[in-house]
Amino acid sequence: MMIPACPLADLPRGEAFRLETDPPVTVFHTDDGELFAIDDTCTHQDASLADGWVEGCWVECPLHASKFNLKTGEVDAPPAKLPVRTHEVVVQDGMIYVQLSTAAPNLPHCVTARLAGALA
Amino acid sequence: MRTVAVVGASLAGLSAVRSLRKQGYDGRLVVIGDELHRPYDRPPLSKEFLAGTIGEADLALETDDEDLRAEWLLGTRATGLDRTDRAVRLADGSEVRADGVVIATGAAARTLPGSEGLAGVHVVRTLDDARTLRDELARGGRLVVIGGGFIGAEVASTAYALGLDVTVVEAAPTPLAGPLGETMGAIVTALHTDHGVRLLCGVGVKGLSGEHQVDAVLLQDGRSIPADIVVVGVGARPCVEWLEGSGVELDNGVKCGSDGRTSLAGVVAVGDCANWYDPRTGAHRRVEHWTGALERPAAAVATLLAGGAVEPGLPRPPYFWSDQYGVKIQFVGHAAGADSVTIEEGSAEDRNVLAVYRRAGEPVAVLGMNQPRLFTRWRKQLARPAS
Repeated sequence: MMIPACPLADLPRGEAFRLETDPPVTVFHTDDGELFAIDDTCTHQDASLADGWVEGCWVECPLHASKFNLKTGEVDAPPAKLPVRTHEVVVQDGMIYVQLSTAAPNLPHCVTARLAGALA
Repeated sequence: MRTVAVVGASLAGLSAVRSLRKQGYDGRLVVIGDELHRPYDRPPLSKEFLAGTIGEADLALETDDEDLRAEWLLGTRATGLDRTDRAVRLADGSEVRADGVVIATGAAARTLPGSEGLAGVHVVRTLDDARTLRDELARGGRLVVIGGGFIGAEVASTAYALGLDVTVVEAAPTPLAGPLGETMGAIVTALHTDHGVRLLCGVGVKGLSGEHQVDAVLLQDGRSIPADIVVVGVGARPCVEWLEGSGVELDNGVKCGSDGRTSLAGVVAVGDCANWYDPRTGAHRRVEHWTGALERPAAAVATLLAGGAVEPGLPRPPYFWSDQYGVKIQFVGHAAGADSVTIEEGSAEDRNVLAVYRRAGEPVAVLGMNQPRLFTRWRKQLARPAS
């Protein structure tokens, strides 16, 4: 599914845009001018990676020290142990679109419990 | 270098092992740990694990597919370091000879003199500590926490959520004044009273009462606070006794350079036991932060492998976090030496503060309460080398 995010002009380099999908997805515009989309929630705890510290093609969770690779989703060090999903980004006519991954997300314990509670 | 011994099997030791392999070390790697457990995450021990929302498997720091090709000697305490043949002596009388040694023996919780053998009295440092306390908290009752620092505050917050009757006793007039300064220490500490947790400040503890099981905490001013469970959170001391007489210089832990090198060639120190030279402040500082244990070993291992020929980069300013009563508390930098602190965003009343500490107008530390986005921006700014 292709989801419109925001106009490219509204997302300067170094900034992030969070899509309120379920689970949320964030598009990062790196300092080098690349665009990446990953799941917004850290796989360790309920934290928004859109608030994180981006360096090169890695984003560090705003709470703890785990960094996620924006290209591959892999995690570098604890406390997170699982990767985040990555999503394809397409720019058409100046608009950023995200092609959502069909893989299962790796959500942290507390978020999974909350979603399960909502479904029950 | 054919054998490296890592003494200490917690986060700092594991990070050193990972860094060794990542930096190309291909030789024998022996990890010595005094606990029986493989490396596990300690921050949840006073929070989610204590509350029972996560289990022991969630604490594992290694991933399932990880192969560090290390020999793990667990449940084995190091008792000495022999400088002539660089051998680590173990409690069972054996020794591990190594070309390089990483000291990562951490710190141990301080206890209350005279509390030995009294049931219901706890510290929170190890998985075994937390497991016992978790089971007792689950039975409910009256909890008295001695020490209003971060561990004490987190245990109080967790126990409050579990429905216990909680009192926090702190000897200083303002808890957390050391790490956060008086003003912000008072604001963070107000979280206790917000939730009806009693906070007694500026009064010392004289002792505990009880025959076999603790029944009260006796204060210096004569008061007696009834207790079914007591948690002592009065800090930690570096575990370096085993290095006495080894030639490794000790001063509030293992004294080391900004690259982790100690006074002995081929020996580096990391984690809570290491008193690193901080080029930002021009002084040695022993930092008991999780992030330090995670990040510093890379530099120490580089030093070890290069025989001390590498120039370390500027370390990031020390960062820690705490979770109390649903509020995310984050701190970076050094509050000591600041001459002002201003709330730049949010309000103290709403407990969603972003506060900046400055010295001569320059930011030196930042505190966030439920302000992760702004906090990250400030943390990044603080990490930039001074211009």
